[in-house]
Amino acid sequence: MAAQRMPPIYVASELDRVEGLTIDELKQRCAVPIPDPDAWLEEEIERNVLITSVDKVLNWGRRFSLWPVLCFPACCAFEVMATAVSRFDISRFGMELMRASPRQADLMLVAGTVTWKMAAALKQIYDQMPEPKWVVAMGSCAISGGTFSESYSVVPGVNRIVPVDVYVPGCPPRPEALLRGIIMLHQKIGKQSIAKR
Amino acid sequence: MTKPLSGRELAQQIAEHVPDAIVEADEAAVIVQSQSLFEVMRFVKETAELDLDYLVSITAVDYWDYLEVVYHLVSIAHNHSLVIKTRCDDRDNPEVPSVVGLWQGADFQEREVYDLMGIRFDGHPSLRRIFLWEGFQGYPLRRDYL
Repeated sequence: MAAQRMPPIYVASELDRVEGLTIDELKQRCAVPIPDPDAWLEEEIERNVLITSVDKVLNWGRRFSLWPVLCFPACCAFEVMATAVSRFDISRFGMELMRASPRQADLMLVAGTVTWKMAAALKQIYDQMPEPKWVVAMGSCAISGGTFSESYSVVPGVNRIVPVDVYVPGCPPRPEALLRGIIMLHQKIGKQSIAKR
Repeated sequence: MTKPLSGRELAQQIAEHVPDAIVEADEAAVIVQSQSLFEVMRFVKETAELDLDYLVSITAVDYWDYLEVVYHLVSIAHNHSLVIKTRCDDRDNPEVPSVVGLWQGADFQEREVYDLMGIRFDGHPSLRRIFLWEGFQGYPLRRDYL
């Protein structure tokens, strides 16, 4: 390697000559353009095209865009509000949009005591929701009537009125419990199939 | 804090204007005959020095022997209060005069008492059930309701 090293140049004309040789040599070497570094593109396309089933895609979309309808008959509603705002932040699950119209919603959180007089309205809200739709019974009262289960005016469990997907026990349940119930509902939705409902 | 008027002193005043109205009176309350209830109410509302213009609540109690309707009255101007009660001995068909003509706010309160205790208010503009639905059997806050 030391033999190939150029001797020190002390004359200006010699400097020019060496520069010319270098340029000629570079020009010869670079006759053909260097190919663009696009080999990774093939791999990237492979990584972005997924093969999946319709069920999985639909369930994935449904799971993370649950829109609850405003159906909060009693005091458990405060725990729903606590769940919705910044500390527990229900929007992590794609469901911060509480809909005033049942026609835009697909989840009914029954948060509280349902009386027989309210039951007719509750049934109407449920019937107005488009398919597919899910119901979470939140708190003792919605599950079984709770303390008031033998009362003359209280529905002993909201499953007398509408089919319930997830029961969240507690009086009232803490926001963590409600979130746990919502995650369980996510798991349930993930197992659904369009072939059978 | 509202100053409670003495029922005993009020009973004397009432007796002067509405004869045979008082059944009983103590410091806490005045109990009047149900047939003269409306006259008594008009007297305590429209007399200037009493001026009980605000009806706080109407409620009812079942004592087995009789049903009692309780009226809590307050004067906004004088800041004093009075409790007036009346009794119905007939359990099967209890009836007291309505005071909606004096206080509009009595409307829903009397409907609630009718709904849960089954006491009819004579002269009420639309005496219907309010918490329970039409067709409900019985009156749930009575002691014999099961």
